[in-house]
Amino acid sequence: MKKETLGKIISISGATVRTDLTGLTLFERVSVGEHNLTGEVVRLEKDEAVLQVYEDPSGLGLNEPVQGHGVSLATTLGPGLLSVMFDGLQRPLDALLEKTGSFIHPIHLPSTLDFTKQWSFTPLVNRGDTVAGGVKIGYIDEGPFQHPIIIPADKNGRVKSIAQGTITLDEPLCELDDGSMIFGHESWSMRIPRPYRKKISPQGPVITGQRIIDFLFPLARGGTSIIPGGFGTGKTILEQTIAKHADVDIVIYAGCGERGNEMSELIEEFLHLVDPRTNCPLMDRTVLVVNTSNMPVAAREASIYTAVTLGEYYRDLGFHVLLLADSISRWAEALREISSSLEEMPGEEGYPTYLASRLSSFVERAGVVETLSGDIGSLSMILSVSPPGGDFTEPVTQALLRTAGAFLMLDTTLANSRHFPAINWMQSYSLYQNILADYFKNNVSNDWEVLRNLCREIMHKEESLKEIMEIVGIEGLQEQDRLVMTVAEKIRSDFLAQNAYTADAFCEPQKTMDMIRSITDQFLRGQNQTAGKGENETL
Amino acid sequence: MRLSEHKYRTTSRIAGQLLYVENVHAARIGEVVKVFGPHNIALEGEILEIVRDNILIQLFGETRGLNTEDLEIVFTDTIRQVPLARDIIGRRFNGSFAPLDGLPMFYASEWRPARGYPINPVARLKPEEFIETGISAIDGLNTLVKGQKLPIFSCAGLPAKELVAHILQNARLRESSKRFAVIFVALGLTFHEYSFYLDALQNIESEFVAIINMADDPVMERLMAPRFALTVAEYLAFDHDMDILVLVTDMTNYCDALREISNARKELPGRRGYQGYMYSDLASLYERAGRIRDSKGSITMIPVITMPEDDITHPIPDLTGYITEGQIVLSRELHQQGIFPPIDVLPSLSRLMQKGIGPGKTRDDHRDLANQLYKNYAKGRELKKLEAIVGRDGMAETDQLLLDFAVVFENEFIHQEKQTRSIYNTLDKGSEILGRFNLLQHNL
Repeated sequence: MKKETLGKIISISGATVRTDLTGLTLFERVSVGEHNLTGEVVRLEKDEAVLQVYEDPSGLGLNEPVQGHGVSLATTLGPGLLSVMFDGLQRPLDALLEKTGSFIHPIHLPSTLDFTKQWSFTPLVNRGDTVAGGVKIGYIDEGPFQHPIIIPADKNGRVKSIAQGTITLDEPLCELDDGSMIFGHESWSMRIPRPYRKKISPQGPVITGQRIIDFLFPLARGGTSIIPGGFGTGKTILEQTIAKHADVDIVIYAGCGERGNEMSELIEEFLHLVDPRTNCPLMDRTVLVVNTSNMPVAAREASIYTAVTLGEYYRDLGFHVLLLADSISRWAEALREISSSLEEMPGEEGYPTYLASRLSSFVERAGVVETLSGDIGSLSMILSVSPPGGDFTEPVTQALLRTAGAFLMLDTTLANSRHFPAINWMQSYSLYQNILADYFKNNVSNDWEVLRNLCREIMHKEESLKEIMEIVGIEGLQEQDRLVMTVAEKIRSDFLAQNAYTADAFCEPQKTMDMIRSITDQFLRGQNQTAGKGENETL
Repeated sequence: MRLSEHKYRTTSRIAGQLLYVENVHAARIGEVVKVFGPHNIALEGEILEIVRDNILIQLFGETRGLNTEDLEIVFTDTIRQVPLARDIIGRRFNGSFAPLDGLPMFYASEWRPARGYPINPVARLKPEEFIETGISAIDGLNTLVKGQKLPIFSCAGLPAKELVAHILQNARLRESSKRFAVIFVALGLTFHEYSFYLDALQNIESEFVAIINMADDPVMERLMAPRFALTVAEYLAFDHDMDILVLVTDMTNYCDALREISNARKELPGRRGYQGYMYSDLASLYERAGRIRDSKGSITMIPVITMPEDDITHPIPDLTGYITEGQIVLSRELHQQGIFPPIDVLPSLSRLMQKGIGPGKTRDDHRDLANQLYKNYAKGRELKKLEAIVGRDGMAETDQLLLDFAVVFENEFIHQEKQTRSIYNTLDKGSEILGRFNLLQHNL
């Protein structure tokens, strides 16, 4: 590790600071000012460096010290992350509460994990075994999980000694013959994707329990869905409902630039709700990364990287992980604010021109992988988008449309008629439906696809009949068209709409199938009848 | 800490409310500076930006008459703070926090930075206590709860101020209204509006604090006034366990002031000329509402917004809607029909309603009734469009019934003039109207 160096502040504009400190590297972590605010190097010039400060810069003064740390902004990974709530820089909010009270003051809070907590460690390798990056050397019992401890990617050798029984995280668990120590935790630079052996194409669905998603617009494990919607269309409720019920091992929820009251509600619910798969509180499988809209903007930009790095870590341990981010637009706005304070040339709507490439490399971090230890792990993403004025032609939605596999468009008209989830069935799509067709066929029902197509057909027919009906009234329609309208109405209100506050919040694929079948059966029967009647009349 | 005050006479440029000083050795962001000019002009300002030895200062107050030669700028090495004490209740201040009521300044028992600090999300307590406003469209269908921020989206010419006055006179929490106070923040108000509000405030039983920035007061103060008010609100709510209702009108003037100042700083304009950071800036105000675990008090916020061109997708209402927990939308059409308050319940929403109603809070059948009223009214309104095309006679009998229901709902449920309805009256009224059209379903 490089020696830490000292310099001083020469300019401050918003959260952007210039220092005369030289010898820094790009994206190196720095401490800024008398209160050691966390910052990152964003640009290097001949004799100066430009820093982004991740906390409220008010009170920061000219000539105050700047210190480089020789490492980049990193996420700490290890046991003890689950059920904790972090801010965008991965500082535990409970620990912050203890330190600064109900209001967050800019202070330096070094440790993310609890290094004094005792864990029980069970080794899986013996002295003399050869190990390489990704190999599981043992596991720690953490709530409902066995948390595997893996050799960091850059280490390998023969095991010289290995611990067993009660340990804390600051003790080494394993020593290799080259003298390197393996701890139960590691640090990973948040902007760099974690390594894996190879990427596999998405397979198997993430069952969200939302009928309209699972049945019409499914999400594959390792895939990405985006949920754009204007305000009041229920993005947050949909994300939170999915976070509660999705059939994954680990949920990472990033509350990025959204409301504080919503987060307090979420926390309370997650503490009390029980995960039916493990019978433990939902919180035990969840990590929350929370940077509400009034918390520092730059930390908001970092928060989704913290979240995705956490997600990749659990993926590397062989888990199926779902990352929910609410909302990516707030991240993009933070990026825009930072970019404009760096006086970069703005692109569309003031966003920096690298918005699309940043977004696509972020979305690319999702996927199903064969981990370094040969397990299969996956990271799926559901990202909400808040387009200004509910206008989907804006840059963030457009950039995400190019990379995401499923588009769940939230519709203000549906939301205003209190139809939730307000996903528009005409405009939304999922590119995963063909990949997943076999899964649903083999695991749920043979005619999954047949019924899905029939359901779609009815909804399309309704759309085209609607205009006619507005003029002639339902009485003016032909009998079979009237049937379409009645059945479509039934599909909308009994099948596609789902109340997030009742037991209906989660619907098993089997039940989804039964429900749609009973409606489409009614349709087919009706069709036969009208056809039959038609024949009688001609007779 | 510096050992003495630093004084400079090196002004390089003045533009509107902005002052540039060069050759400065020590300064910090947000530091308060005092500016003394010719003819005994004395102003305060705050450091916005430091570029080496060039300092950008934002001035408060009238800058007319300043020149670059005769200015003395004193750097105080302190951050802008708000004086606080319980005695603040009942007082009126201007946008620079100087008393407007002719009384001397109170003795501060504490000072706190006006910008405040963000509430730690884990310290928040979820809002769930019902506030009765006496207005059926709000209490019944878009319930306000303690700790919520619920804006009123109005249009030019609609009676937003009458609605607000009505809420002020009637708002009460179900219990403990003794600890209740109103903080009134006027931003860029005309004298006409100001005197209307002041009358309303003086007629209410609750105590109040007013922070007033009039239409002809300095624009910069418009940005500070809500921050002073919210700092006072936090002090009274969380240090003195009071329930505070913060009323801010009109946020549209605030956003325009933000745009004006930003433009003077030569920042890049975003949508409709408003800055890219307006979302974060608005959030730094709105998010100060709420409840916290270690206090009994609460801050509830009702910002009033006049939607330019009646356009709800305009950046001001749009960004507000993304931050606040719902919105009360006023309708020109209802107003023209003579309905008061002209609240359009269809685009209106209270996100926290579900938490604040039902058994033990309002009444067991509240949720169910609200859903039925909403659903039938939405259908009725939808059918109105159809009626325009096919005519009433061409419609089915059930549809005609819903049409009539929508009219009665508007005229009898929404419309209540100066009347105040308790939540029970509101719910009874709702179920009576549903019953009249045989639309009432008993699900309980």
